[in-house]
Amino acid sequence: MNRIMGAVIFLILAPLLGGLIAGIDRKITARMQGRVGPPILQPFYDVGKLFEKEKVVVTTAQNFYILAYLIFIALSGALFFAGGDLLLIIFAFTLAHVFLVLGAYAAHSPYSHIGAERELIQVMAYEPVIILTAVGFYMVTGSFYVVDMATTTIPVILYLPGVFLGLAAILTLKLRKSPFDISTSHHAHQEIVKGVTTEFSGSTLGQIEIAHWYENIFLLGIVYLFFAWNPVIGIIAVAVTYAAEIFVDNVTARVRWQAALKSGWLAAALGIANLAILSYMVYGGA
Amino acid sequence: MAFLKRSPWILHYDASSCNGCDIEVLACLTPLYDVERFGIINTGNPKHADILLITGGVNSQNRPVVRNLYEQMPEPKVVIAVGACAATGGIFRECYNIAGGIDKVIPVDVYVPGCAARPEQIIDGVVAALGILEEKRERMAGGARMKEEAGETT
Amino acid sequence: MQTLLFLILFPILVACLLLFVKRTTSRYAVVVLSALAIGGASIYLLMRYAFEGAVYFAAPSETASLAMVAIEMALALFIIYMGAKFRNYLAIGLAVVQAALVVYLEMTFSENLHAINNLFIDQFSIIMALIIGIIGSLIAVYAVRYMETYHHLHPEVRDRQGTFFFVVFAFIAAMFGLVFSNNLLWIFFFWEVTTITSFLLIGYAETEEATKNAFLALVMNLLGGVAFIAAIIYLVAAGPASGGIDLAAVLASGDAAIILIPAVLIGFAGITKAALMPFSSWLLGAMVAPTPVSALLHSSTMVKAGVYILVRFAPVFAGTLAGVSVGLVGAVTFVVASAIAISQSNAKLVLAYSTIANLGLIAACAGVGTHMLVWAAILLIIFHAVAKSLLFLGTGAVENRIESRDIEDMEGLIVRMPKMAVMMFIGIAGMFLAPFGMLISKWAAIEAFVQVPFGIVFVAILAYGSAVTVFFWAKWMGKLITVIRGVEQIEKGFFEEPWIPLYIITGLVIAAAFLFPVISSMLIEPYVLVIYGVTAGLAQTNVAIMLLMMALLLFLPLSFALFRKSAKRLPAYMGGRPATADLHFEGSLGMTREAQTRNYYLTTCFGEARLFRPGAAVCIILILASWAFAGVAL
Ligand code: SF4
Repeated sequence: MNRIMGAVIFLILAPLLGGLIAGIDRKITARMQGRVGPPILQPFYDVGKLFEKEKVVVTTAQNFYILAYLIFIALSGALFFAGGDLLLIIFAFTLAHVFLVLGAYAAHSPYSHIGAERELIQVMAYEPVIILTAVGFYMVTGSFYVVDMATTTIPVILYLPGVFLGLAAILTLKLRKSPFDISTSHHAHQEIVKGVTTEFSGSTLGQIEIAHWYENIFLLGIVYLFFAWNPVIGIIAVAVTYAAEIFVDNVTARVRWQAALKSGWLAAALGIANLAILSYMVYGGA
Repeated sequence: MAFLKRSPWILHYDASSCNGCDIEVLACLTPLYDVERFGIINTGNPKHADILLITGGVNSQNRPVVRNLYEQMPEPKVVIAVGACAATGGIFRECYNIAGGIDKVIPVDVYVPGCAARPEQIIDGVVAALGILEEKRERMAGGARMKEEAGETT
Repeated sequence: MQTLLFLILFPILVACLLLFVKRTTSRYAVVVLSALAIGGASIYLLMRYAFEGAVYFAAPSETASLAMVAIEMALALFIIYMGAKFRNYLAIGLAVVQAALVVYLEMTFSENLHAINNLFIDQFSIIMALIIGIIGSLIAVYAVRYMETYHHLHPEVRDRQGTFFFVVFAFIAAMFGLVFSNNLLWIFFFWEVTTITSFLLIGYAETEEATKNAFLALVMNLLGGVAFIAAIIYLVAAGPASGGIDLAAVLASGDAAIILIPAVLIGFAGITKAALMPFSSWLLGAMVAPTPVSALLHSSTMVKAGVYILVRFAPVFAGTLAGVSVGLVGAVTFVVASAIAISQSNAKLVLAYSTIANLGLIAACAGVGTHMLVWAAILLIIFHAVAKSLLFLGTGAVENRIESRDIEDMEGLIVRMPKMAVMMFIGIAGMFLAPFGMLISKWAAIEAFVQVPFGIVFVAILAYGSAVTVFFWAKWMGKLITVIRGVEQIEKGFFEEPWIPLYIITGLVIAAAFLFPVISSMLIEPYVLVIYGVTAGLAQTNVAIMLLMMALLLFLPLSFALFRKSAKRLPAYMGGRPATADLHFEGSLGMTREAQTRNYYLTTCFGEARLFRPGAAVCIILILASWAFAGVAL
């Protein structure tokens, strides 16, 4: 029962929290650049506006894939907060992103096509770290279930510092932040027009935005798990991590896809090194 | 509800400006003026934009582009012509290649005078455009509602 | 036992019959009827033996064994003849060595060459039989019309369809024989028959390239064959402790150290047959064969024989360094082949690389060989056979229609051949997306690898491997579903293959995803339980969630109805240039130009030239290591 509650609370609150975090993010970014910045609620205005706009498509099929994207992102997040199997959640998460990419493909437009390819490179870059994160949690807590990871009394971060750093690196990718915002950026500034979202407008773009909020909360949830043995430290750690992401976003320039891919895979290598040492300790060298 | 006025996304197109007005448009984004305060974003994609902001006059090369950008934007949308060139052709009016202001190709809602237009004026123009944008939105929503009602009765 | 014998002997009868049927319609009738019989018999097999565990049969051995040796010699002579004709002396040499070893075995140990039970059936055999019986016969049905079209489109190829179908059915018989045999000599015999049939079918077009590739496949598989017969000689020579030529006895033998060496040798045979690195080139070369051949031999069945034998020997490998080495050969193959698949635009080569990759993954599971991994490996065999055969057949059908097998040319297939595109979409989804089968197995494999020593190496490889897998499948999927304008639907054609096999296999892909808990609890779990005393499987709640996702996916397309109305259509954004819906835009100087979209192949990172050699080198070292470890263990 508790678990279903977790899922429901996520489904309702995550967009609100996600939008709020996006608003704070923009405010902090503006302050870092010496600007006043938009109101905290600006992301909600933006999405609200998008739903007011006319529906414009290149092909109607593209909206279908985005709906599927939103549904599966929400589903994987809901499974996460219901305490489900982390590997299964990751697979649902990948499925969702494939739908986003397919939507961009369906539109048959040069810009969204390039965006789709680059989004796929991103998926390829972050996937290993995400899987290794799940494996790392298993090695420490002995379970793939989020519920066990969240209620563990072991300070996971002490066992998995390498994995955590790897995850922090690909978090930049996932938050669509510089230097790894190669497929589309959370900022207005453009990347080969607007990458994967180029051909989406109005409510469909709004759905992508909401999906992104869901996704961010889910990812921050994973960050929290590293510190779950102490909720206070956990929440502080999540905030610090996110602040660091904003800082990195503002002090770096976008890299090319090769560098993004290499960084993602190097982050995974860091995770592997961490896990190798861990497994050496567990199996005593055999 | 009217979120539109709180979140106007701008597409800036340089038709055949001397770059003077363009610099002023970009100045609006700098910390000094910081238009993002009003939720204004400078997007690069007509499909995401609400306001088409054009500097410079129309010539035969960019005529189809201006029209295309306008057509690519989803309703409701407004057009702002920034600077004397965009309004009438300005200093280049007599050139053999200049057809005149933007309104030779697409309907313009707001004219921002100046050569170059000052950032304050540009922001003013955008604010004026927001009113028009809101009007258009209401008309569109009303139209949609009417269409729906008509659909139900038939 | 009758069913078993029927499944082995009946296809041979059909094969001989087809040698004499000349007209396509009558050939079609014969193939359809025998497909029904074979498919029906394999389903009967399922119902009859599914709940009985392993059942052994003392099939008549003297005459059968004698006949097999005779046929083996004849085949060796045939290879020598072909080798002489095409001046491939390596093939001759290997055939001679192999024949000599067989003769040596028969002469020296003739009194030891009796297995009490020559035939057997257990759940794993049933699964293999179902794959061969159902998928195999569907492919055969499909092949009839396909070959007709093939000869129409390739008038330069000599029409030898009689021989073609003879070989196909002989192959099906051999596959049944292989999975039902408990006598290692019999398995070896059928093993060799599949090698020869593969050789014949790859060389079908009789072009220089086809012949060359056929010999490549032959030589590599013969190499495996030599290892196989060497393993048998070793087992027989080792005396009764090893279990001799009785497969069940060998696997049950208490003396792990003794049987490890033959296991590694047979594993090597499996590696060649499954085209793992460094032997992957033969499978790529095999793609010159007509597409049904690729579907039947080179993805869903014959190459599976290689991993079948590996999975059979998994309990022997379990917990040994030799096993880990064999597993690593598979794992390295998995990641390298998947990565190379990114750089390929030829659909059949992508399929081939992905096949090699998945066989590698299965081999990785078998080599490490814990109960959970065997469970995952068998599941992989099933799902891969179903989804991959669909993709091969689909690619073949598309190729006959658009006369290209390039993925770039499949752009917009959803508009041009909607039904086909949907089927291929499902097939691709079956290969890499949750909640379809392959992913379940990958998931189980990750969970299982974490729990063994050295598992982290496998997990790391799997993590990278799945990432690249997503890339090359998703971009193909994207090409298929791109909605292009201004093209005709070309689904209907003059030559139409019967698409029923395709519909059925598509249904099977979906059904397999829905029914996998049943398949698992009915067939795989009991099999694992008997061998390891513990059983494997996914947790109930996760299964429920998977099924939920599946149902969601099936219902989601209904939402298309939502979007049909009230959206304004605009052409794609082309940097402000006026453009039409089919991506023609006004370029400079009043010229209309066309924009084209092409996928990324990232050749500098993932090209064959860059990755194959290192991958092959690592695999060779690992294979040698597996031998060394097996030797040391003795
Ligand atoms: S109005 Fe003046 S500053 Fe602006 S583009 Fe024209 S000439 Fe340049």
